[in-house]
Amino acid sequence: MDQSYDAIVVGAGGAGLWAALELAREGVSTAVLTKLYPTRSHTGTAQGGVCAALGNLEEDSPEWHMFDTVKGGDYLTDQDAAEVLAHEAIETVVELEHMGLPFNRTPDGKIDQRRFGGHTRNFGEAPVRRACYAADRTGHMILQTLYQQCIKHGVEFCDEYQVVDLLFEGGEPMKGGRAAGVVAYRVADGQLSSFRAKAVLLATGGFGRMFRITSNAYSLTGDGVSLVYRHGLPLEDMEFFQFHPTGIVGIGILLSEAARGEGGTLLNDKGERFMERYAPKLMELAPRDMVSRAMYQEIRAGRGIDGKDYLYLDVRHLGRKVIEEKLPDITDFARIYQGVEPLKEPVPVQPTAHYAMGGIPTNAWTEVVRDEKNTPVPGLFAAGECACVSVHGANRLGTNSLVDLLVFGRRAGRQMARYCGGVERPRPIADAVEPVRAQLEAIRGRQAGGESVAVIRRELADAMMDNVGVYRDGKLLTEARKRVKALRERYGRVTIDDRGTAFNTELLEAAETGYLLDLAEVTVASALARTESRGAHSREDYPERDDKKWLKHTLAYQGARGPSLKYKPVSITRFQPKPRTY
Amino acid sequence: MKVELRILRFDPERDEAQHWERYELEAGPMDRVLDLLLKVKAEQDGTLSFRRSCGHGICGSDAMMINNRNRLACRIRVDQLGRKISVAPLPGLPVEKDLIVDMTGFFEKYRSVKPYLINDRPAPERERRQSAAQRALYDDTTKCILCAACTTSCPSFWARPEYVGPAAIVQAHRFIFDSRDEGAEERLDILADENGVWRCRTIFNCVDACPRGINITRAILEVSRAIVGGRG
Repeated sequence: MDQSYDAIVVGAGGAGLWAALELAREGVSTAVLTKLYPTRSHTGTAQGGVCAALGNLEEDSPEWHMFDTVKGGDYLTDQDAAEVLAHEAIETVVELEHMGLPFNRTPDGKIDQRRFGGHTRNFGEAPVRRACYAADRTGHMILQTLYQQCIKHGVEFCDEYQVVDLLFEGGEPMKGGRAAGVVAYRVADGQLSSFRAKAVLLATGGFGRMFRITSNAYSLTGDGVSLVYRHGLPLEDMEFFQFHPTGIVGIGILLSEAARGEGGTLLNDKGERFMERYAPKLMELAPRDMVSRAMYQEIRAGRGIDGKDYLYLDVRHLGRKVIEEKLPDITDFARIYQGVEPLKEPVPVQPTAHYAMGGIPTNAWTEVVRDEKNTPVPGLFAAGECACVSVHGANRLGTNSLVDLLVFGRRAGRQMARYCGGVERPRPIADAVEPVRAQLEAIRGRQAGGESVAVIRRELADAMMDNVGVYRDGKLLTEARKRVKALRERYGRVTIDDRGTAFNTELLEAAETGYLLDLAEVTVASALARTESRGAHSREDYPERDDKKWLKHTLAYQGARGPSLKYKPVSITRFQPKPRTY
Repeated sequence: MKVELRILRFDPERDEAQHWERYELEAGPMDRVLDLLLKVKAEQDGTLSFRRSCGHGICGSDAMMINNRNRLACRIRVDQLGRKISVAPLPGLPVEKDLIVDMTGFFEKYRSVKPYLINDRPAPERERRQSAAQRALYDDTTKCILCAACTTSCPSFWARPEYVGPAAIVQAHRFIFDSRDEGAEERLDILADENGVWRCRTIFNCVDACPRGINITRAILEVSRAIVGGRG
């Protein structure tokens, strides 16, 4: 089957929905394809808040937000993009309120704001109240509100359509071709269709499922990111993956940084607030990379709880009222998933793989770029976690993921509408679905008894967790490269039980495992090459940041024998790199 | 410990009717039913199909009937259920495969109550003001994750599938009692219909089923009162 629109949005999280809303308002014929139902998207699990320098409770400024974002990213952040982020955060948050988002309120009825890690007043002096929030379900409310508005504006959704290939016209994108649509697999019956379009937005989210302990949904397998890579386009800064300090032990479910923003503390086995040794000014509200490292140091020094590999998050002193009004969901998570009562006991926590700073390189108008000169691929856009603008540099600040997907989702919709006004729809492409049909049929048709998808996925998650986690070194990364390579070979012999067409989730999981293997390979190669420590990339064999050699973005291209790496400069407009202390 | 898991299976390409299959597996007391389903799929039968995404009770994908009650598979633990666990798809919706039901009708009902802020006045430059007390009137119903556990637990819905159902009323409530919204009258007209709020018999199944702890019956009563006596 072949269908045709002006614009296709892949993914229905915050970025995809806001883009779709802008396209609908402009009257651009659009379809949103999601492998889930839109309200199942992972934006919904974001808890603590969305930062915007509204200054509702104390003085604040977008300049300070920009600075914090740049410093938080260990100066790998593109400063032109960070400036856009910090300034447009204000209007997007206000617009969300106008759309009906039920923010918590100040006594005078304005949007309430609270503290969050790394967000400061006056260029690092002290924490500032910048995070706008709706209890600890801010992401849920953003997702619901944007979906509601899409319904109001008649956006067309194709629910449970999994995008499995990208289409180009006039050659592959590295040879000057333009985006021409996508191929999608209808989960209900396995039908493959081409969706032709002038403009395609990838808003497919992250890929934390490459790690064993992760806060990420089972569906976060990096589909869009891998598809771009397979079509020869580069991936940027893939070595930077954020570990959030406070995951539930063993399963990684997130307990929001808002717990610390409201005054929660981190304790070691001796009952010490150990962060005072690592970040005396911001303490528990230091950026996540630093807190996660501090936790590992404490554990290594034998000061984990009972000598084990976790520490305590303590919110008891906040009192019942604050906990029930401002942190109800995470309290509930601790009760259900850990059997701990946070009102009465401290909660055991350990770092959990959380967020990809890297991804599909784009410019500040969300156009996908293909080289170190930032040459755009016509008609191809990316926004949200799958994209790398790069506003997060080497380490994202808390809440800036929501800011990112709102600001750049909105920009994507507007830029796509402009682009669609100036080009013709691509012509039908003969046999557009055949390459991916052959890939899927190879898996489905293979004789039983080969490699198991579940086993490969688990071994990949183990390899990445053990060797490419908070701390890395050359030996660990070399071993990871070997393990991932072996898994890729075994993946070629993968077989499945389900030969049917109806809801063949096993086949789709096999495809997703292939995406994760691609992205793991790129992550390891990029990390092995970067012989310095910056932000979330901490090399014990190269413990210092090295601006002379490494103040640059990695671009990884698919090569015949694994990823080949190039580099591009960082945009530095306002803030010269300085040592990063808090 | 050993757990016996019975799953109501159905493959539209092979089976004439639903049938129970039995699986034995090792599980710990803190394992969730979702962990058990993932384990069966990984180790015993890859054809087992169910929806899942976030795995911690926020996305609403994995609502199903577990030991005869609607729940999210990712929010109910083995130690809360015992060693014999039965899992079936949500009742009252067409089964597509195994634990996957057709959600089309459910989302149509959701859409029918105009689930979006209606306010056509020009927006101010900054946020609209709303007091904490005004916000508290609808806070509970903003928690809804559209998992369908409530609607499909409702005997009134089973008896009359045209009934708009608790989830849609919860979504309407969220706007009717929002001080910024001006669409209450339109929504109340829709819900005063023969398939609207009057179908509720206050059986409270929905409240038991809701994984978000929303007091759904109270929300329905508040909407009913608003229909009778104005918005109050």
